[in-house]
Amino acid sequence: MMTDEKTTLSAQSDEQRTPLLKRLTGANTLWIGLVLLVLIAVFGAIRPDAVFQVTTLQFLLAETAVLLVLSVGMTFVIITSGIDLSVGSVLVFASVSSAMAMNAVSGGDATNAGWGVIAFGLLVAVVSGAVWGLLNGLLISRAKIPPLIVTLGSFGAAQGAALLLNNGSNVSGIPDKLNRTFGSGTYFGIPNIVIVAAIVTALGALLLSTTRFGRYTYAVGSNEEAARRVGISVRGHLTKVYLLAGTLAGLAGFMGNAFFRVAVVTGHETDNLNAIAAVVLGGTSIFGGTGSVLGTVFGVFIPAVLEKGLVIIGVKEFWQPIAVAIVLVAAVWLDQTRRRARNQR
Amino acid sequence: MSEPLLEARDLTKNYGTVEALRGASFTAYPGEVVSLIGDNGAGKSTLVKCLSGVEQPTSGTLLFDGKPLHLSSPNDARDRGIETVFQDLAVAPDLDPAANMFLGREILKPGVLGWLGVLDKKAMRRQAAEHFTRFGASLQSIDVPIAALSGGQRQSVAVARSVAWASKLVFMDEPTAALGVVQRERVLEVIKRVRDEGIAVVLISHNMPEVLSVSDRVEVLRLGRRVARFKAADTTVEELVGAMTGALSQEDAA
Repeated sequence: MMTDEKTTLSAQSDEQRTPLLKRLTGANTLWIGLVLLVLIAVFGAIRPDAVFQVTTLQFLLAETAVLLVLSVGMTFVIITSGIDLSVGSVLVFASVSSAMAMNAVSGGDATNAGWGVIAFGLLVAVVSGAVWGLLNGLLISRAKIPPLIVTLGSFGAAQGAALLLNNGSNVSGIPDKLNRTFGSGTYFGIPNIVIVAAIVTALGALLLSTTRFGRYTYAVGSNEEAARRVGISVRGHLTKVYLLAGTLAGLAGFMGNAFFRVAVVTGHETDNLNAIAAVVLGGTSIFGGTGSVLGTVFGVFIPAVLEKGLVIIGVKEFWQPIAVAIVLVAAVWLDQTRRRARNQR
Repeated sequence: MSEPLLEARDLTKNYGTVEALRGASFTAYPGEVVSLIGDNGAGKSTLVKCLSGVEQPTSGTLLFDGKPLHLSSPNDARDRGIETVFQDLAVAPDLDPAANMFLGREILKPGVLGWLGVLDKKAMRRQAAEHFTRFGASLQSIDVPIAALSGGQRQSVAVARSVAWASKLVFMDEPTAALGVVQRERVLEVIKRVRDEGIAVVLISHNMPEVLSVSDRVEVLRLGRRVARFKAADTTVEELVGAMTGALSQEDAA
């Protein structure tokens, strides 16, 4: 009797689930993915010879890998209805301090250093990113300063600190070993740096969609007060989310070192905006509560494909930011209209 | 009558110079529906906050199952089987009903995956569906965000969530406000069903006919004090209003 009841009930709960196809088509992610596929198809149709070339694709992926890692962290932050403007500066800080630390333990020049030094450099990069993230998180969750202001502050402070560290110049002396293997090496044609970014992204996607940490991230962004009332430590969770974003920015800084063979202090001023644009393009709501890492992956590649594609088919690449801007504003407008319709019920 | 489940004696609560409670008492017995009524500003919300651990009273004693009770947070109350349906529902609109029901009490997968914090979504969905069916919250689908549901369905999810976890007592602050006729009936039905399972329900409402139809007893607050207690079967709307406005008072109620 008892088992009978159980089976009917579970059958019923399965029936109550929306069918897979309907769930897929209802999701923003599918449409964003289609936009990306259409873009690739259009560029591919115009210049199949140039687009579907191994080196073109390798370059596209490698250049996007660093931004992808930043954007995974940004996805968590934006789902909590926060924002992190500091990721680019934290990346620069981590990249400079890691390069200097590797040089310091190798007697001034780490070019010929071994794996021990490289591991130390990775540790320094990740920890210095984590420290900035923790600082952001504590100021936001304990001191209750709005994320926009806190991270605007650390955006300036981390950049300034990075410039102070080496008197405003780039740091060279990145170990050759690091660049050969991790920076420019490939595995079955896929750049190693891309593999690392893909692993980070996959772990981020699992963390967000299958774990309690992810569930709390959505809950805090959806209704902070409701989360607090059911006993979730909102302050602790927000701290951890900004800590995650900072840590990933630190890792991204190390990846940049490996790829470019130098810790550059400029060129990351708009990383924050690029990451935010990628996350929002990917269907994560800027108002918090919804979003996905898969969407962010699409959101990272749409601007990148547009840029490469426009160059390949001979359109001035200056059109790229304009095209991205239109898609971005349209995406937020759609999200807003949908929310308004929903909340009127 | 049996021993009181929850008893508050002479509670006071000051917010600066404002005295929200001035020696309020309150009693709830197991397996009864007791309504807490009073005009705006009588101290109902403050009393419920003190009894559910959201606020701490300035002075006075709480007894739970006859033993002294100190609630320093809502979690304290929850650990003792006391749940609250807040007036503003306090649900996460972007999460589905099952996720909301298990929010803060997620079921994790067994073994290593659970240790890593991986959710057992299937188990939660199944249990939530069972539970919603049992409490008559009819939802067409269990995996749409709460925000896509109607106001009444949202309310029933909030009510169902609280009664799911309450083993002793549920506070319901205006659970039928802003509901249609059918949904109102359904929530009242749920209240009775919860009572029949032996759980005490404390109902806060402004709707006197509703109070009389669903309650076993009624306690009246006025100016931060209990001024009257009635058996719902022996009283009338006029009497309740009289007690709320001060036209009628019972000496022994305080």
